[in-house]
Amino acid sequence: MRDAKIVSRRFDLPNSHTLEVAQKHGAYKAVEKAFGMKPEAIVEEVDRSGLRGKGGGGAPAGSKWKLMLGDFGGRPKYLAVNCDESEPGTFKDRQIITKDPHLLIEGIILTCYAIGSHDAYIYIRGEYHDFQKILQEAIDEAYAAGILGEKVLGHDYRLDVTIHRGAGAYICGEKSALLESMEGKRGHPRLKPHQKEPEWYFGNPTLVNNVETIASVPFIVNEGADAYRSFGTEKSPGTLLFALSGHVERPGVYEAEFGTPMMEYIEHFGGGIRGGKALKAVIPGGASTPVLSAEEVAEATLDYESLRQYGSSLGTGGMIVMDESVDMVEALKNLLEFYHHESCGQCTPCREGTGWVDALVADVLAQKGSPEHIEKLLDVSVTMNGKTICVFAPAVSGVIDGFVGKFRGEFEAYLRSLA
Amino acid sequence: MSFTFTEENLQALESLEKRYPSKEALMLPALWKVMRQQGHIDTEAMVAVAEWLEVPPVKVYGVATFYTMFHLEPIGRHHIQLCKTLSCALCGKADILAHLKKKLGIEVGETTEDGRFTLSQVECLGSCGTAPVMQINDTLYENLTIEKVDEILEGLE
Ligand SMILES: Cc1cc2nc3c(=O)[nH]c(=O)nc-3n(C[C@H](O)[C@H](O)[C@H](O)COP(=O)(O)O)c2cc1C
Ligand code: SF4
Ligand code: FES
Repeated sequence: MRDAKIVSRRFDLPNSHTLEVAQKHGAYKAVEKAFGMKPEAIVEEVDRSGLRGKGGGGAPAGSKWKLMLGDFGGRPKYLAVNCDESEPGTFKDRQIITKDPHLLIEGIILTCYAIGSHDAYIYIRGEYHDFQKILQEAIDEAYAAGILGEKVLGHDYRLDVTIHRGAGAYICGEKSALLESMEGKRGHPRLKPHQKEPEWYFGNPTLVNNVETIASVPFIVNEGADAYRSFGTEKSPGTLLFALSGHVERPGVYEAEFGTPMMEYIEHFGGGIRGGKALKAVIPGGASTPVLSAEEVAEATLDYESLRQYGSSLGTGGMIVMDESVDMVEALKNLLEFYHHESCGQCTPCREGTGWVDALVADVLAQKGSPEHIEKLLDVSVTMNGKTICVFAPAVSGVIDGFVGKFRGEFEAYLRSLA
Repeated sequence: MSFTFTEENLQALESLEKRYPSKEALMLPALWKVMRQQGHIDTEAMVAVAEWLEVPPVKVYGVATFYTMFHLEPIGRHHIQLCKTLSCALCGKADILAHLKKKLGIEVGETTEDGRFTLSQVECLGSCGTAPVMQINDTLYENLTIEKVDEILEGLE
């Protein structure tokens, strides 16, 4: 497997989180280069790189950035960096903010300069209190060194970066809920517009990108779009901080290029399945991506196109690995409890549906179910799909369909033991 | 009993104000200050926050009740938050929970009689690679074993 370190390049250096070490190893070089470029040229370069959003949706970053170049009658523009990182199985952004916060700050400067913004916020999940401290120290260092503030590195350009702490709500990772939360409201996702437009923060045009997306920008500015595209595949260029948790020998976050065979990744970085057991299933990209059976894992590659073939998606790249000992009904129950707890409650199919499916699977587990339980489960799942304000409910629907569709026998076994 | 921000907290909030397009953005920062100041957010504090933000108290109530990390009532000095989501469940969370319950003599959602510990289960803490994990107040503890849990709890007064 080829070494592919774009974002994690400095992770293993001692004290990599300090300005001194980061700068000695190239941090903020791209900023000087960027100031010699027109902002639109940077947007163009990012667009050409094919950089895709790394927060789970995989939207092309360039298209979103271009929306920020429109005419907004002189209104201020904002960047909101999404560090809510609450998708179960995902723990990659925390590596960036603790091991190389200056890479993120550098990316923020480049992004804001490109889109014409002077104020960036980093929305961080409330639980990341200790990691937030490390990030704040790096921001303070950057201010003290004249890298942030009134004159970024002596140029006639102001930039302020402010951390905004969340308070425990998974849904605030959804971009419009995030902005609602930053406006001092409940984290309720907004209705989506019909045409392409930016997000809005207090009525001002705003770009929301994931931490890792922003942290990929310095490489693109330094080395160019073609260098970025030399990694990954045609449609999924570059790399991702993929992650492994669950039943592997060495769980963790390891950067790899898109297109890497999934099993090779699990073996190479994760050291294979824990205790030499057999693999049963992998949830490929955070809890909200439909599960893959062992046969599918053997064929799949880590890119957007491949995972779609298995009715799943790449998501955040956080793989949850399950060995042969796992009871798939219990695993689904665990996830449904999560969704039931985290539904923001605005849409009836989601607020009620997540409770119903949780209760249905609880019945199955308690051997109180009947064969109709499976049909009902799938029926509620249909109702949850495509009828809500955000894609939370459709994602739950996909999770259910994946588990029941691919491991139906395990659900039926619980019902058979009734007879 | 009415609530007033400490001078220090008030100043910190005021200096944050210029970073935002609207004062209302300071809702979560203000509620976090309340949490830091007294450990929970009661009605009096909500009213104080509402006055400072110049919004109706019901708006503060709506927000304070939405977010899991805001407590509306006092809890134990050490809030044990054990992650219950899938990766932690796959890696032995159940044993840790059983041990915590036995050791503390309480169920999930309860506080020990001496007011030292409150036991909660929470959703994914973003540390799935070092499962099972728990957070006590603001500190994360990873790769938990029963021995490790004993050590951690003994280190807390
Ligand atoms: C329910 C839900 C939760 C989400 N949680 C996160 C999150 O924790 N972090 C994140 O970066 N994106 C999250 N997203 C995706 C964001 O809505 C948004 O697409 C992303 O932050 C945009 O950045 P990107 O294009 O750079 O990925 C979530 C989306 C949904 C529907
Ligand atoms: S789908 Fe669920 S989480 Fe999304 S807005 Fe509706 S109720 Fe909220
Ligand atoms: S599942 Fe426990 S930290 Fe993610």
